[in-house]
Amino acid sequence: MSRRFTPKVVTASDLRQGDVVWLTADDRWTRDIAEAELVEDEAHAELRLLFALGQPQTVVGPYLADARRGPNGPEPMHFREAFRARGPSNYPHGKQAVRG
Amino acid sequence: MYRYSDFDEAFVRARVAQFRDQVARRLSGALTEDEFKPLRLMNGLYLQLHAYMLRVAIPYGTLSARQMRQLALIAERWDKGYGHFTTRQNVQFNWPRLQDVPDILDALADVGMHAIQTSGNCIRNVTADHFAGAAADEIADPRPVAELIRQWSTDHPEFSFLPRKFKIAVTGSPNDRAVTRAHDIGLRMLRDGSGAAGFEVSVGGGLGRTPMLGQVIRPFLPEADLLPYLEAVLQTYNAAGRRDNKYKARIKITVFEHGLAAFRDEVETRFAEIRPEFRGADRALLAEIRAAFAPPAFARLPVGGFEAARARDGAFRAWCATNLAPHREGDHAIVTISLKAHGATPGDATAAQMRVMADLAERYAYDELRVSHEQNIVLPHVPKAHLPAVFDALAAAGLGTANIGLISDIIACPGMDYCALATARSIPVAQAIAQRFAALDLEHAIGPMKIKISGCINACGHHHVGHIGILGLEKAGVESYQITLGGDATELAAIGERAGPGFAHDEIVPAIERLVRAYLALRAGPDETFLAAFRRLGPAPFRAALYPEEARRDAA
Repeated sequence: MSRRFTPKVVTASDLRQGDVVWLTADDRWTRDIAEAELVEDEAHAELRLLFALGQPQTVVGPYLADARRGPNGPEPMHFREAFRARGPSNYPHGKQAVRG
Repeated sequence: MYRYSDFDEAFVRARVAQFRDQVARRLSGALTEDEFKPLRLMNGLYLQLHAYMLRVAIPYGTLSARQMRQLALIAERWDKGYGHFTTRQNVQFNWPRLQDVPDILDALADVGMHAIQTSGNCIRNVTADHFAGAAADEIADPRPVAELIRQWSTDHPEFSFLPRKFKIAVTGSPNDRAVTRAHDIGLRMLRDGSGAAGFEVSVGGGLGRTPMLGQVIRPFLPEADLLPYLEAVLQTYNAAGRRDNKYKARIKITVFEHGLAAFRDEVETRFAEIRPEFRGADRALLAEIRAAFAPPAFARLPVGGFEAARARDGAFRAWCATNLAPHREGDHAIVTISLKAHGATPGDATAAQMRVMADLAERYAYDELRVSHEQNIVLPHVPKAHLPAVFDALAAAGLGTANIGLISDIIACPGMDYCALATARSIPVAQAIAQRFAALDLEHAIGPMKIKISGCINACGHHHVGHIGILGLEKAGVESYQITLGGDATELAAIGERAGPGFAHDEIVPAIERLVRAYLALRAGPDETFLAAFRRLGPAPFRAALYPEEARRDAA
C-alpha cells in the first residue's frame, strides 16, 4: 500500500537577491507562493525538482516543500515555509512588504 | 586603538578584489554554487531564510566612531537601515544582494574592517571582555593579546581547514565577562607569585548540541609561550579531531573522547617541539600592539554636576543604577547602551542610532565603542561630568533604556525570523517577555536576571548559560520552547538544567511569568538573586511553578 503523496511546491533562493522564490507551472520563478505550481503527483514533483536543479544560474538550493491548495493558490504547510512566504515577524520586511 | 598597518590594508584589499572576481564568476556561471559556497563563507556571506546575510568581524568588539558610522552607511545604502549586533561581538546585515557585497566589503576596508573568518572551519573572530581597558577589576587589557591572536590566526595556512570552527576568548579580569569557559580555548590573564604575566588556559568549552565547560589544561602559561602553546593545541586538535561526524568535530568532543590528560600530554609534546621555533618576533609584535592600545589621556573633570543631576533626575538616576559600571578611573564610568528597549529586537540598531552612538563616542568618550556579547553597545570611557549629556542624547534616540542586567536585557539569536538553521523563532519571544514584565512593572523588583534564548540546538543565544535559558525547537509541526534553569556565564560558569517538557509559542511567556513569580515568593529577600535562590532551593519549587498541573497531580 502506498502512502498518500502530500502535494508539493518547488522553492529555492534567488541567486542574486537571495530571497525566496517558487517555481510556476510555466517555468518561471515567482515571489508569490500563490502563483506557484502545486504538484500533486510524486513522479511529476521529481521532474520539476530536476528542472529547478538545472537552473543554477538563477536559483540556489531548490527543494520540494509540502503545500496545500488554498482559495488563492498553494499555501505553505510547515511553519518554516510560512515564514519564508511571509518574512520576519519583527519588521514588515520580506514578502509581506512586497504584498503590503 | 589598533590601526591597520599597510600590510593589513593590502591584505584586506586583495581579499576584496578576489571576492569581487569570485562573485562575478558565480554570476556568469563560471563557478557553481558548490564551488562558490566555501568562498563566500570565508568572506562572511551566508544564504539565510529570506536573503543573504553578511557577518562583519568586530575584533574583540572594539570600534571607533568612524567605523560605527560606516556601519550606518552600509545599513542605509545596501541593507534595510539597520544592523544586528551578535553574541560573537560581530554585526550582521540581514538583506544584502549578492552583487553588492564586494562594494560593501570595500566600504568596510575603507575603515579597516572586513568579514574574513567570520564563518568556516577556521579560527573565528577572537572575542574579549567588552569592558577591556576600562574595568576597575582588570589585571590587564586583554585586547593586545586578542589582536596578536587575530594576526597569527588570519589565513594561518595550517588552520584553514580545521575539523570544525574554533573560537577563542580572552579576559583580563577575574570577573569573567567574556564567557571564556564556553569557548574552544579560553584565556584568563593572571599574574604568578612573582608578578609575571600569564594565562590560565582552558580548552574544550562550547555550548551547542553537547554543552561542555572548558577544562583547565594549563593553570599558568607564561605570556611568552602563548602563540606556541595555542599552536600546539590547534595542531593536536587538527590531527585528532573527528572529521567523520560534524556533530562530534568540535575540540570539546576531542578532549572528551581522549580525556584531558591524554590530550594535554600530546599538546605538551608538540609544544616542546615547536617552542624553539618562536624566537621572539611574536613578543616584539605584542609589544608594538600594546603600544597601540595605550589608554586615552583621561580628562580630569569635576563630578559635582553629575552627582547633582543624579540627585535631581529620577530617570537619570535609574539609568545610572543599571547601565553604569565602575571604571578604573574614579571620575569616569563605563556606559552600557541598551539595545533592548522593551519590545525591540535584541541587538538591533538603526543607522540613525549608530550615528548617535558614534557622535557620543567622539564627543564624550575618547572615540571608542564596544560591542558586548550580550548584544549591547558600550562606551568604555566616559568622564562622569558628561554622563547627563550622554543620557539625554541616548534617551532622545530611543537608546536610554535603563535595563542592563535585568529581565528585559535578553540575549536572543536571530532564530527562525532570519536563520536558515533555526528550528523556532527567538526574537518574538524576547520581545514578548520584555513587554510583559514592563507592563507588570516588575523588572527592577526582580533584580539581576539573565534570560538567553536560542532558536536551535546550536545555542548562538547562549541559552545553556542563562539563569533562565529558552531553547526553541520544533515538536510535531509547531514551535516548542524548552526551559533550562540555573545556568551561569561568569567565572562560576554552569550549564543550566532542563526543567521539563517544552511549551508552545503562546505558552512560553506565561510560563516564564509563573517561574519569576515563584522566585519572588521564594526568595530570602530582595538581595537574593534568582540564581542564588535557585542554587539554594534547587529546581523543585521552580518546576512546580512551571508545571502546576503536574504538581497538583503529585500532591493528590
